[in-house]
This record gives sequence, structure tokens and C-alpha cells, in this order.
Amino acid sequence: MTIPSTETVIPHEPHFVVRMGRMLWADKFALCAAIFLVVVLVIAIIGPTWLGELATKQNLRGRNLPPFDWERGWVWWMGADALGRPLFARIIVATQNTLMVAAGAVVLSAVIGTVLGLVAGFSSPRINQVIMRLADVIMSFPSLLIAVIVLYVLGSSILNLILVLSITRIPVYLRTTRAEVLEIRERMFVQAARVMGASNKRIVFRHILPVVLPTLTTLATLDFAYVMLAESALSFLGIGIQPPEITWGLMISQGRQYLTNAWWLSLWPGLAIILTTLSLNLLSNWLRIALDPVQRWRLEMKGRKNG
Amino acid sequence: MADHLLEVRNLSVEFHTAAGVVHAVRDISYYLDRGETLAILGESGSGKSVSSSAIMNLIDMPPGRISSGQILLDGIDLMTMSPQARREVNGRRIAMIFQDPLSHLNPVYTVGWQIREALTTHGSSTAEAASEALRLLRRVGIPDPEPSMGKYPHEFSGGQRQRVMIAMALALRPDLLIADEPTTALDVTVQAEVLALLKELQRETGMAVLIITHDLGVVSEIADRVVVMEKGELVEAGTVREVYKNPRHPYTRKLIAAAPGKGEMHQPDAAGAPVLSVGDVRKSYGGFEALKGVSFDLMAGETMAIVGESGSGKSTLARVLLRLDEPDAGSALWKGRDLFQLSPADLYKLRRDLQMVFQDPTQSLNPRMTVFQLVSEAWVIHPGIVPKAKWRERVAELLIQVGLQPDHMPRYPHQFSGGQRQRIAIARALALEPQLIICDEAVSALDVSVQAQVIALLDKLRREMGIAFIFIAHDLPVVRDFADHVMVMQKGKVVEQGTVREIFGSPRQEYTRALLAAGLDPDPDVQAANRAARLARAS
Repeated sequence: MTIPSTETVIPHEPHFVVRMGRMLWADKFALCAAIFLVVVLVIAIIGPTWLGELATKQNLRGRNLPPFDWERGWVWWMGADALGRPLFARIIVATQNTLMVAAGAVVLSAVIGTVLGLVAGFSSPRINQVIMRLADVIMSFPSLLIAVIVLYVLGSSILNLILVLSITRIPVYLRTTRAEVLEIRERMFVQAARVMGASNKRIVFRHILPVVLPTLTTLATLDFAYVMLAESALSFLGIGIQPPEITWGLMISQGRQYLTNAWWLSLWPGLAIILTTLSLNLLSNWLRIALDPVQRWRLEMKGRKNG
Repeated sequence: MADHLLEVRNLSVEFHTAAGVVHAVRDISYYLDRGETLAILGESGSGKSVSSSAIMNLIDMPPGRISSGQILLDGIDLMTMSPQARREVNGRRIAMIFQDPLSHLNPVYTVGWQIREALTTHGSSTAEAASEALRLLRRVGIPDPEPSMGKYPHEFSGGQRQRVMIAMALALRPDLLIADEPTTALDVTVQAEVLALLKELQRETGMAVLIITHDLGVVSEIADRVVVMEKGELVEAGTVREVYKNPRHPYTRKLIAAAPGKGEMHQPDAAGAPVLSVGDVRKSYGGFEALKGVSFDLMAGETMAIVGESGSGKSTLARVLLRLDEPDAGSALWKGRDLFQLSPADLYKLRRDLQMVFQDPTQSLNPRMTVFQLVSEAWVIHPGIVPKAKWRERVAELLIQVGLQPDHMPRYPHQFSGGQRQRIAIARALALEPQLIICDEAVSALDVSVQAQVIALLDKLRREMGIAFIFIAHDLPVVRDFADHVMVMQKGKVVEQGTVREIFGSPRQEYTRALLAAGLDPDPDVQAANRAARLARAS
């Protein structure tokens, strides 16, 4: 049987990037979220060099200055903190540290947790036992207690902070991954791959991981907010980020004692955390649908109707 | 007009989905009298279950909507009733049994409790309910009914669970029993027993039975009249004999023609050297012996059918041969080399020769891979069969060979129908150019007409490419047209082995005869004769 040049028969699929772009356009919430995250990312990169000085300069006459004072410069529009430093500027400068700690901890714990979970779910019972008991040990320790001890011993730096926070979050990913792997490895298509002679590596990365990944990304975005707040708790205890360095979490805890008479001290950084995690959540939700061939039509249909 | 017990008039049901409005059922009408059995026959997607769901008020609205029609029970329209009155009708006057009894019985309560509950919610006293429940369990033929009252659903076999469901449905002496594919999940011998039970009970109580099925054999066994549905429309109605003997609609004709077990049987060539020689394979899981010493030979280019009911060990045998499970003892010589002794490296090379097609293509194809990726994965794993530049061309060739189009390549499995998906799975197996394909219930999950097409495809591949097949099935007629040799298994042992003519023409073992007799023939006359013979043997 001869085939007359298959290239002409097959309708050409649009390029991956074009396709994703169209699907992002179709989901306006995800689009806003993506734009917001890009802005946050840019601010994180240029923030400290741009407004670093302004954000740390004290001005005791302007203590707890209320927001919406349009007469002053734009950095004062959100008001000022207990030492008279402009909140807007501080939030912008804090973006870098906050994102670094949160993203670092989430990515590190997700990667380590997932790999260990895959290994635990796919290898011999003994290795599985070792990994799972290790996770139990981490989970049975109050996570804040580990953090306090480690940071007290090692001294506090951003890197140590990331390390400590990620260790306490590893079991979440590990257990989720392992549970899913145990179920997926019994599915028919994994058996079919085995009949073809596929190696364990191929089965894990080609057949199992893509099915687990959507759950993990959703988990990771939810964890983002958790990690930001955990970091603020450590900073509050004085073993996290040390002033004059700032993060959003630290700003919230600094504003706590003035909550009754100067609400804006905690509100703005809190809003920044909420908006960032909300955007991540929306985007990951969109990504889950966009990458799933069974669900993808929802986005592609919507785009066609709108445009 | 109130003569009929149930009358469905001009019923239309539509579902509003994101892909637009789907007309599940379009303007259908049928009726049912007391003491009568009506079968609704149709393949998947024909809307055969939707009308009964409408009768039971089980359609989710929205997205579903009953756009027109009436459902009259004794002349009273169910659809204009108040919700309370409707609930009274459900259970008391109309009862329903389902395909999978395990998922419709509550796993945390005992069977006795569940039957009693059905009685007490409709007003029996506790003592009455207990004695009535016991009577029902005895009536539907559950062994040791008294201790069984305290057992949980998982402690029963599939057939017994279906009996329990029937007991529950009959608890309130309904006028109408709706049975949605009641025997599809059961073994053939159990299916025959359950259908016989339904018939008996119907004679005793005078209830009407509405049976929904895809199986012509079930229709000819139990029904008085039949309506045939295709794509939401009622295409034919009449008595079973009328419809079978003189089908008027082309779709009905196609359905009847597709019923397996009518073609010419194969006559295998005189013996050559076996390509696969299996000797005394044993496998046990814990204390349970799944395989108790199975031996057989398979010649090149021949088809060996392995037939048996659930628990006979036929799927375990397939898994052991492919080393998905390790055997406890025995040998399997493939061209002189023992499959069970191969090192992982040698096994990897041999995977090329031995391929498998699984029962459910929905599950055996990775939902996140395109057809091209699925088929070409074989060449990623075994480099050197096809050079990478030729992959697209070769995939296109394979797709044409199994009856698909080359432009199906960028699509994903969920975009295909069940039969097409099984073709993709076959194309994937062919990609490695194997010499033996093991089909584990490869057509059981498919509609009858699709089943016939897939079997024809497998037969063509065998003739053109000389591939040997091990064809595992629970259904004898399917095997009849396709196999050269048949091996009947029961409880991990080979009961009987022979050419297809020997097994079907002159079965020697009682179990084989029982299996053959339990199979339902689509011809109502033949089936009536079979039934009489079975009864004569039983008495």
C-alpha cells in the first residue's frame, strides 16, 4: 500500500506557543492573572535598586501616615508605617525577597517531594518503607519547631530560610505523588507500555508523571500562600528575614500591633499576598485545562465564540 | 386508553452540553402490558437507557430536559405528578435493577438490613420486614438465606448480588420492573440462571418487565416484544420473532447480521511445529491457586481461543506469558527458548515478538498522547525497527491497515469511539511487527456490530501477516468464527482442548456443554429449543 505524501493529508496543527496564547486569550481571568504575575516579576527584579533607599528612610513625623493622601508623592498613597516609611515603596522593595523565599521553598519542596514520591511508589517495598517513615518523621515534628531549631543553629539567611521551609513541606508532595503513582501504575496503559518493553524510567516520566502533574501544580500554588505566611511567622520570631530586609509577611506581622488604629500597615501587604496567590491559582487552573487534551476544548471553544 | 400498564408517548429528551444540544431521545413511543416483557435493544449511545431513566425520574435536570411527551402509568401522567406522589410510585409500583449490583448496594450495611429498609420505608413493621426479607432471599435462590441476611454485599458473588438486587426490587411487589442491562457483567451460565429467575418471578407476580439490553440473545431468551433504538430514535418495534425473522429497518438487519457465531468454522492445517509451547504453568496469589498446571501448544499463524468464566485463570495466564506477573512454576518455550527463564535484557528484545491488546481501549491508551505518539512509542522503545524519518509514513500505513485515516494522527484517544480506539490499540501492537498477539477480552467491551468488525480485522491480519493469536474470551460465539483451536478453562485448570469443530460440534466435557448451552442464541426459535433442552437436562 502506498500513501500519497501524508504531509498534505494531515491538517497542520498550530504551533504550541500560538495555541497556548489563543487559549490564554480565551480565559480572561487567567489572562489578567498572567499579566499581574508578569508585573510582579518585573517589580521583583527592579524593585530594590529602584526604590531601595526610599523604602528604608525613616521619617518620624510621618508615623502611621494614613493612605489616600493625594497631596504627597505616589509612594505615599498607601500611607506609611510605624517609622514613617512609605508603604507603597516598601511593598515594591519587599517583592524580591518574598518571591525568592516563597518560590524557592515551593519549587524545592515540590521537586524533592515529587521525585521521592515517584521512587517510593515505583520501587521495592523496602525503599518505599524508608521514604515513607522519613516523611512521617518530618510530619510528626511541628514544622515551626524544626524551623526554629535549624535557623537558630545555622543562623538566619534567605538560603537557610528556603531550605527549612521546603523541608517542612516535602511530605505533602511526597504523599500525594506516591498515592497517585500507586493507583496509576496499575492502569492499563502502564501495563500496555510494559508489554512493549518500556523501561521503568520511561514509564515513570512519560506515562505516570504527566498524569500526576496537574494535582501537584494545584498543590504548589496553594502552598505558595502557606509558605509566605510561615515565613512571616519565622520573621516575627526574629529568626527569619532580619530587618532592614523586608518581606510581605514581615510587614504584616510588624503592622499587627497597630491593627486597631492603623489598619493599612497590614492590609496592603496582605492584599499583595492574596492577589499573587490568587493569580497563581487562576493560572494553574487554566494550565491544568490547557494541558489536558480531554479538557482543552473548553478553552478552544470559548475563544472561537468570543472572537 | 388506560389498557396499558405503561405507555410512553412521543417522549423527547435533550441534554444541554457545552458542545451544544444533544437529542438523547427523539419522539419515541412504546407501551407495556401487565405480565409482559418488553426489551429495548440498542448499542451504546442509542439512548436506550434514557427513556427508562425518564420513567424513574432519574434524569438530572439540568442539563437534561424532557422537551415533549407523556409517560402514562395506568393512564396517569407521571410527569404532571407532584414530587411526593412520584416518590410513592418509585419503588412501590416501579422498581429497577442495574447492571452493576456492587455499586448499587450500600457496602456498609448488611444485605438483610438493606432489604428490610426498602420495606420499612414504605410502611412495614420491623418484624414483618424481617420475615419478608428472609422469604425474598430464599425466593431468589440465595444459598443459606438466614446467615446471608447478616452478610455484606462484597461477600457475595456477582450473580448472587444481582439476585439480592432483584429481591430488593421485588420487596414491594411492583407492577413494573425495569432491568437495565441486568446480566451484562455476569458470566454466561450465571446470566442464564438470572434470566430464568426473572421469568419465573414474572410468572408468579404478574409484573411487567422492561429490559434494556444490547444483546440479541437476551432479547430472544426473555422478551415477548422488542423495540430497537438507534441514535435516539425508535427504528423498529414488534414481537421478538417478527423482528428477528423479518427485520424491516436496515439498522436492525445490520444488528442481526453482526451477531457472532453463524459463520463457517475454521479447520486448522495438519500439525506443524509449535511456535509456543506452554508446559504446566502454575501461579498462586497468596493461598489462592489461579493456575493449576496449564499446558498447550500454539502453531505459527494460528488462533488459540481460551474460554472460561471469571476466576478461571485465563487472564492470569496471559499476564504470566507476557511476564507481567512471574509464574511459580512451568515453562513456556517460544521458538525453543523458555520465556520464564529470560534475563530482563533478553526479555526486552523478545517483547517485539509478543504483543497484547487489552480489554478496554479507553484505559489501555494513555489519554495524554496523540495517536501518532501512541503508535510510534513502540519505535522509541525499540529503536531500529523503523528509521525516524519514516515514522509518519509508517504510522499512516498502520492506521490504514486497521481501517483508520492518516489524518487521525494528531488526535487524542478520547476523540474516537470505542471500536476506533481498539483499532488504535491494534495498530500499536502491530507497530512492533509481532508474531504473536494476545487479545485479552479484546472485543468484550465493544458493541456487537463493532465487535464483528474488529474480529474481521484480526482475522485479516492473521491471514495476511501470519500472526498467531491467543484470544481470550468469556463468550463462546465470539470465538466460534475466529479460532482454530479452543481451550476451555475452569478454576485454573484446562477442562477441554481441541479444534473449534471438536469443541462446538462434539464437546466431551459436561462443563463445556453447560457453557455452550448457556450461551444465548439470537434466534428466538433456536433459543426456545435450547431452553427446553436445558430444562430437560436439569430435571
